[in-house]
Amino acid sequence: MRNRFDHELDLLGNEMIEMGALIETAIGDAVRALCQQDAALAQRAIEFDAQIDEKERDIERRCLRLLLSQQPVANDLRMISSALKMITDMERIGDHAADISELTMRLLGQDYTPALRHIPQMAEATIKMVKESVDAYVQKNQQLAEAVIAYDDVVDDLFDRVKFELIDTLRQNTGDGELSIDLLLVAKYFERIGDHAVNIAEWVIFSITGLHKDRRII
Amino acid sequence: MKKFSIENLDLYYGAFHALKNVNLDIDETCITAFIGPSGCGKSTLLKTLNRMNDLVEGCKITGRVLLDGEDIYYNYDVNLLRKNVGMVFQKPNPFPMSVYDNIAYGPRTHGIHSKAKLDEIVERSLRQAAIFDEVKDRLKKSALGLSGGQQQRLCIARALAVSPQVLLMDEPTSALDPISTSKIEDLVQELKKYYTIVIVTHNMQQATRISDKTAFFLLGEVVEYDSTENLFSMPQDKRTEDYITGRFG
Repeated sequence: MRNRFDHELDLLGNEMIEMGALIETAIGDAVRALCQQDAALAQRAIEFDAQIDEKERDIERRCLRLLLSQQPVANDLRMISSALKMITDMERIGDHAADISELTMRLLGQDYTPALRHIPQMAEATIKMVKESVDAYVQKNQQLAEAVIAYDDVVDDLFDRVKFELIDTLRQNTGDGELSIDLLLVAKYFERIGDHAVNIAEWVIFSITGLHKDRRII
Repeated sequence: MKKFSIENLDLYYGAFHALKNVNLDIDETCITAFIGPSGCGKSTLLKTLNRMNDLVEGCKITGRVLLDGEDIYYNYDVNLLRKNVGMVFQKPNPFPMSVYDNIAYGPRTHGIHSKAKLDEIVERSLRQAAIFDEVKDRLKKSALGLSGGQQQRLCIARALAVSPQVLLMDEPTSALDPISTSKIEDLVQELKKYYTIVIVTHNMQQATRISDKTAFFLLGEVVEYDSTENLFSMPQDKRTEDYITGRFG
């Protein structure tokens, strides 16, 4: 009985990695479409969100089936309940990647190269956070999860830089106001992706220690 | 409030060391579950709490078991102990007599013979055990005609009839179907308002559903004793984790 359960938990881990990989692709495509003003890629990135939603459903189904059939306790209970919480944030990250691509479609044909100094760095940082938070879950690596939470400061700093540069542009009245606000939204979506990755890492820590934000919830 | 304090308890069946230096407090009006693989000593400890091991040949006990601060193995009236600490077994064991006489048996042995008083005790005990409505029209009929689940609730009513303070239950639902099990579990939750309950169970989900505290036993030792929620969500000992998640046992 336990062998089958262990196998099911391994499959859950694999699916979490797969969903993590889908999100990395979504963020990567979104930022590439933005930088290269690639309408076809932006459209694909928007449509890609459906795959992430589908993966969320699959993992939900697997977790609920495991709760029903195995009535897990201790570490098993924490791994399965954490996965259920993590995928909600992972799905939101997918939504934000699609949101960014929708803005990219609106920005087509406009010149915003100067604003792109920090945004690709934000994308790179958030991809790293997502990847490492899922790795931390599968490897039960608390330190790695804590590192993800700390790394959010990097994303927040980059967001502040983008924001101040856009404020400067608006102040000098040298650019298009609507463009600046759209770019600020793009940066904000990346900043929110970082926050969701922090949430994921917090549930990873719960799965390992039983503590969520240093608090026992059960 | 502590009901039982078990201190440095060792128990031997001949050369076999069945309980090893057990130290455990059992709280009043609380449900305490004993879990562990077969032969780990959980039923042995349960029997120690009302001296059911006294008649086992070669059984030797050292250490102390205090009930409300008094050592039950030192100058303690065993009849009084068994009145205060009732027991319900794995298999329902009604006496081959009527439903009424099953319940009245205990009070009668303790000197109650007034019909009015016995009637009152029988009804109260059957009501407390949530079986009165099912048997009120057949009180004079044999208890052996009841279903397994009804027989077990009858045995609980019989234990309650002598107004005990503690109820020991040794796998009380393992021979019952899910509906009867659910009735007994509801009943136990109700009874904990008035009685201290100690239950041995092999059913881990049952322990999580009904108990407030859980002790995990292995090879005669108490490995871990904690609130049920803590023990089943974040066990401190790897052996506990391995057992409750089905890795051994």
